[in-house]
Amino acid sequence: MVKVENVYKFFDGKEVLHDITCQFEPGKTNLIIGQSGSGKTVLMKCLIGLYEADQGTIFYDKRDFSNMSKKERKYMRQEMGVLFQGGALFDSMTVKENIMFPLIMLSNETASEKNDRVDFCLERVNLKDTHELYPSQLSGGMKKRVAIARAIALNPKYLFCDEPNSGLDPKTSLVIDELISEITHEYQMTTIINTHDMNSVMAIGETVSFIFEGKLWWQGSNKDILNADNEELNNFVYANKFVHQFLSKK
Amino acid sequence: MNIFSIVNNGEKTEKAVHLNIVERILHDIGDYLLLMKRFFSKPENGPYFRKQLVDEINGLCIDSLLIVSIISIFMGAVITIQTNLQIENPLLPTWTIGFVVRQSIVLEFAPTIISVFLAGKIGSRIASEIGTMKVTEQVDALETMGINSASHLILPKIVACTFINPLLIIIGIFLGLLGGWGACEFLGTIPSSQYIEGIRSWFLARDIYYAIFKTLTFAFVIASVSGYWGYITKGGALEVGKTSTKAVVNSSFMILLLDLLLTELFLG
Repeated sequence: MVKVENVYKFFDGKEVLHDITCQFEPGKTNLIIGQSGSGKTVLMKCLIGLYEADQGTIFYDKRDFSNMSKKERKYMRQEMGVLFQGGALFDSMTVKENIMFPLIMLSNETASEKNDRVDFCLERVNLKDTHELYPSQLSGGMKKRVAIARAIALNPKYLFCDEPNSGLDPKTSLVIDELISEITHEYQMTTIINTHDMNSVMAIGETVSFIFEGKLWWQGSNKDILNADNEELNNFVYANKFVHQFLSKK
Repeated sequence: MNIFSIVNNGEKTEKAVHLNIVERILHDIGDYLLLMKRFFSKPENGPYFRKQLVDEINGLCIDSLLIVSIISIFMGAVITIQTNLQIENPLLPTWTIGFVVRQSIVLEFAPTIISVFLAGKIGSRIASEIGTMKVTEQVDALETMGINSASHLILPKIVACTFINPLLIIIGIFLGLLGGWGACEFLGTIPSSQYIEGIRSWFLARDIYYAIFKTLTFAFVIASVSGYWGYITKGGALEVGKTSTKAVVNSSFMILLLDLLLTELFLG
């Protein structure tokens, strides 16, 4: 479980996150939604330690991440897998080397165990026979799947996904959503996903946190979201006229 | 409004401040020193570091061998012809030209001019490589894995450059002198026997040590300054281009400044 308590973040005196308190459950896909510039990426960067929260605390299963020493954080980070918006695959490495990289740097497994793990991860994301390809030779969806394979290489307890569907067509988005959801349930990970894609919300949003202007505005599940009595959330959910008309007819 | 990034322990914050040119320079130096503290740390994985080192030696330095050789040969020949044209004094023996050419090549041309050239070739490569990794979140990916990204990306480049650039410069000295001999032998600038006598006259090993010391200093500057500019890149492709240019300009300027200081310190 990841717990956020009274987190504030400022940039140049401007408040970007205001008193965020929420928790993300293990074995569930926890979505953070909000429009661009609402602060959801900043919150995720605070969670993974790329930004320091100016106030407040972040707990990973009762371990206080905010006050950990550098060394403790280093070990803590090995329990995290992160899927970045663009995949963030290392251009100079093949698919195999990309997935192997965290294993080489951070695990004590033997070479054959590492190879087996790479094969397993690639198989898990339905990408066989791509070992020797470079990221530039992959499609957008394949890149995301390789990035997921790399994120799960060390068998993390916590998986963070920043806009996993950005730049993907609806069908591929669905494949990625389902894959993340399957992995989450299979390994009982605490998965936190940043998104503004309502298709993802409806498909895999077991818990949903809506952030608006740096504040946590609403929390619930995808089952409650369409009936929520919250103006800002409704404006976000029904921003698309087509969706609005479709849901009104239903 | 100038936007600077502060690099400290993996935390990247932005400070939008109004600074004058002196404050900007001091700010950049401060950032550079903070980053230096981060990249001088023990590599995460020894065998992987050695692999990176071999790749960097190959990519950054060995790839420069051909162009350094060509420049050295031609510059050696041109310096010989120019020196011969400038020293037309019947009181000076002809072999003086060989001596002047050797001193020019060993003391200045090979260590300084080739280093300035390498600042362009290697520096832009380092800055654009790291800058692209930065804007495509590859550096963030390293940080989230618990890896010191500054050390992982910049340290192998610094070690590779300080290890191999002196070798490149020694090759440059040899080929420069060979180029001068070629000008004498094939263009008839001066008799080649006189040239050889000149390059053998009053030879001091200290000059070679001085050239190597300068090269080591310049190699460190090229890799670390370019690494710094690459590491603080923010934005997209346009910013990667801008920081690459800044890396080349700043490392070239630093090389020339240090050349002046070292020459005054050791030979002045």
